[in-house]
Amino acid sequence: MLDLALDLLITALVIGVALWTIRTRDDFAAIVGFVAYGLLLTLAWARLAAYDVALTEAAIGGGVTGVILLRASVRLKPVTTARTPIGVRVLVGLLCAVISAGLAAVVLLPVSPPPSLAADVRSHLASTGLGNPIAGVLMAYRALDTFLETVVVLLALFGAWSLTPDRAWGGRPGAPIPTASFGPLPLFGRLLIPIGVVIGIYIVWVGADAPGGKFQGATILAAMWILAMMAGLTEAPPIGRWRLRLLLAAGPIVFVAVGVAGIPLAGSFLAYPEALAKPLILLIEVALTLSIAATLGLLVAGPPETAPGTEL
Amino acid sequence: MTPGLMATTPGGLLLVLAVVVPVIGILALWLVRWRAIEWVAIATLAINLVVSLATLQAVRASDASLVYLVGGWMPPLGLALRADGIAAVMMVMTGAIVAVTALYARGQFGFDPHGPERRRPMVFWTMLLAITGALNLIFVGEDLFNLYVALELLTFAAVPLVSLDGSRDTLAAALRYLVFALAGSVLYLLGVAVVYGAYGTLDLVVLAEMRGADGALLLAIALMTAGLIAKTALFPLHLWLPPAHAGAPAAASAILSALVVKGSFFLILGLWFDLLPPGLGAIGANGLGMLGAGAVIVGSVLALRQERLKLLVAYSTVAQIGYLFLVFPLATGSEAASPFASLAWTGGVLQLLAHAFAKAAMFMAAGLVYEAIGHDRIAGFKGLGRIAPITVLTMTLASVSLMGLPPSGGFSAKWLMLSAALGEGAWWWAVVILAGGLLAAGYVFRILVPAFSTPEAPAERKYPVAPVRECAALVLAVIAILIGFLPLAPWPLLAIGRIAQVSP
Repeated sequence: MLDLALDLLITALVIGVALWTIRTRDDFAAIVGFVAYGLLLTLAWARLAAYDVALTEAAIGGGVTGVILLRASVRLKPVTTARTPIGVRVLVGLLCAVISAGLAAVVLLPVSPPPSLAADVRSHLASTGLGNPIAGVLMAYRALDTFLETVVVLLALFGAWSLTPDRAWGGRPGAPIPTASFGPLPLFGRLLIPIGVVIGIYIVWVGADAPGGKFQGATILAAMWILAMMAGLTEAPPIGRWRLRLLLAAGPIVFVAVGVAGIPLAGSFLAYPEALAKPLILLIEVALTLSIAATLGLLVAGPPETAPGTEL
Repeated sequence: MTPGLMATTPGGLLLVLAVVVPVIGILALWLVRWRAIEWVAIATLAINLVVSLATLQAVRASDASLVYLVGGWMPPLGLALRADGIAAVMMVMTGAIVAVTALYARGQFGFDPHGPERRRPMVFWTMLLAITGALNLIFVGEDLFNLYVALELLTFAAVPLVSLDGSRDTLAAALRYLVFALAGSVLYLLGVAVVYGAYGTLDLVVLAEMRGADGALLLAIALMTAGLIAKTALFPLHLWLPPAHAGAPAAASAILSALVVKGSFFLILGLWFDLLPPGLGAIGANGLGMLGAGAVIVGSVLALRQERLKLLVAYSTVAQIGYLFLVFPLATGSEAASPFASLAWTGGVLQLLAHAFAKAAMFMAAGLVYEAIGHDRIAGFKGLGRIAPITVLTMTLASVSLMGLPPSGGFSAKWLMLSAALGEGAWWWAVVILAGGLLAAGYVFRILVPAFSTPEAPAERKYPVAPVRECAALVLAVIAILIGFLPLAPWPLLAIGRIAQVSP
């Protein structure tokens, strides 16, 4: 009874916040609504016992995306968006209603029993040395998807960098930020960052056997890096620096190297020799964590705006 | 489960190479010395072309699909890659066009091997390799989520090319493209979720065996098709295409118009002919055909009204995409043993091929015109034939194929579709095909007539152009013509290994 009440409350809040976010006329308010929406979805996933998804939603959906949106909105001139014509709004509403009705019909009239690969996923898990079935899907059964997703994230960063003004190519990411060398932010940074780094590493490490993993852990590490940058404790490195590029590429390089090594050693691309499966997967995860954390941090920092060598 | 379908075949490793080689090329590009990046990219694309040709050869030799089980895991648990006849043809088309584009683009975008690293060459070559890998995965992917990853790669690679120049207008065009493409991704992903919920698998071969006439599958296909249509720029969701394709640099426009929109189209073909239970698609297929007909007419009429060459060529893409969608009603309505043995199927694939080569040539030629006379206003084309004879020849040959005059790939494609329409008694599609051809003649003659005329004052070439770049565009136009010499009959190659044929 209490469970049902809780679920209903979360559902009502998710829908309410979503509607409010769409309705509100103010950019900043809409972003706050979006972040709150992400956190509510996190609760919803947790209620469904999908803790890996919940962690990812909190880290990426609410966290990183929220920061990027906030940074973008600060830079936009305050604009009063013209109201969309009523006809367009009705049309969009109708389309959304049709899709929702279709989805509702599919969900409410389920196939019985709902088919699932969960049993299959578990029965083969032992050969990978992993304890978390999600990690098994990401690193073994569908490793090709995971590998290519890391390339997608990297391409997103290159896409963001493609917006760099030509004269600033090779410079440090982001607009020059006047940083505070005293006050709450540096103090907060000094206190929080060590703790956050430990938590981030822990989440990557437990990902093999429990909810967690490289994407979630890397996001926390990236957040700590961003905090350090905002507090003026460190600067983003110039995008022309070779070591930075190696760091960004390290994850995909290790992943593809292990994958290719699998062809002679385990009979297939992205297969692991059984004795070495766990260490190889950990190696990939560590390399990916570093690359993803660096990529996410640089995505938030944005494209360079000042020419290399001319920063403050 | 059909034996032999679910095991790695000899030569299956080629499919892994087709996906992984371009990715390795991207990683190398950002780590090698600046002066070597063009060579890294060109070497990667050369290897890719060899891999594609070897794939086609292997499919032809074995008369069956190539299959590779990634990691040794069998679907539905794992991911399989599979190249059938049509996929192999698409891979070779992509490999050839990107390789020629690379020759055309070499030394462009302010590339100076001895100067400092620059933005535009880095972004262009990165995205060119990414598009190559993404398209290869779209052609050989067999899992709906794996294909989603490929679509994401394709989108994130294509959008930055639109705004490569960095001007305000191209940024706006890129943003609009991004919004359409992401809305398409969301709809596609929603469809994927519905399929997994109903069937517990995303593998196309496994799904084709399990499929029944249930609402979940129909809803999923409708959602995915809607999303893919937005990415393909089918009328009336074409609004993003003309500014995006016209605003990109010529080498990028060639790739975007010739290849990128074909990726999402290829997936629609797979959904409709492999996944949709036979007999259910008639209404939907006619609907897609009507949108296609709308695209042919509206795109051509708008092309007729453009003042600038690149916008005209971009609107022509809107029209030519329309023809592709006539395949749905024509191949569904055919009385051949399977849709893949029908005239319309081969006609549709020929249209895809011929348009890809002709349109890439046309955009490259448009870029060369701009360089030769410093603008691309059609009104100022008088005497172009004297200044840039090879480029005008390229435009002429590409136009022959776009209009559908014999002998050309465009003619063969439209002839086969016309025969299919008349054979099925569906004369209305024949009217659309003929009207589209007449309108296309109208818009290409608007370019060619002034280009061949004698100017009042002798015009002058403003800048020199490397002959190798003119020849690159010409080679593509010649290929578009040569496709017209293939036999005017269904190709057995295009039916090799289609899922609906091998499953009972």
